Amino acid sequence: MPMAANQIEELIKAALPDAQVEIRDLAGDGDHYAANVVSEAFRGKSRVQQHQLVYEALKGNMGGELHALALQTKAPD
Amino acid sequence: MSIQDWIKNEVETNDVVVFMKGTPNFPQCGFSGQVVQILDYLGAPYKGINVLEDDDLRQGIKDFTNWPTIPQLYVKGEFVGGCDIIREMFQNQELQQTFNDKGIETKQSA
Repeated sequence: MPMAANQIEELIKAALPDAQVEIRDLAGDGDHYAANVVSEAFRGKSRVQQHQLVYEALKGNMGGELHALALQTKAPD
Repeated sequence: MSIQDWIKNEVETNDVVVFMKGTPNFPQCGFSGQVVQILDYLGAPYKGINVLEDDDLRQGIKDFTNWPTIPQLYVKGEFVGGCDIIREMFQNQELQQTFNDKGIETKQSA
């Protein structure tokens, strides 16, 4: 069962309350999204660690329900 | 040998190894294909491991580094990232730098 964009946003914001989240649906099939996430939680972390935070927020949906999520993460300027 | 030991061995005995869907010549996923294209462009020698050949491997690699997706690129035993990170690093010239810092020759050694 593919995921809706707002579901992804809610899960990320539940784990990263301060996050600004921008989701783009890449293919219209609920399976391929791009997400830009800006959160203080990323400051000082490597890209791998930043993306892992987002994957953890998605509680196992990543790679299962959600086939593709092109991630761009950064700390606020 | 457990799948985790097998993966560990592959990661440690190959300077550059990418766990992907398909093979470098026949990638079977857009994201795996992008990473292979970048590696080919850089001209760095690498080994492609097709996770579609073995479900234990396909799941094992995700557990190995707590990363839920494929492809995954390892350089000198270190997990560098998936498609997004590799593309971003490539665009910022960071990937070439990482290879050169780790003593891996690339065609584009700027």
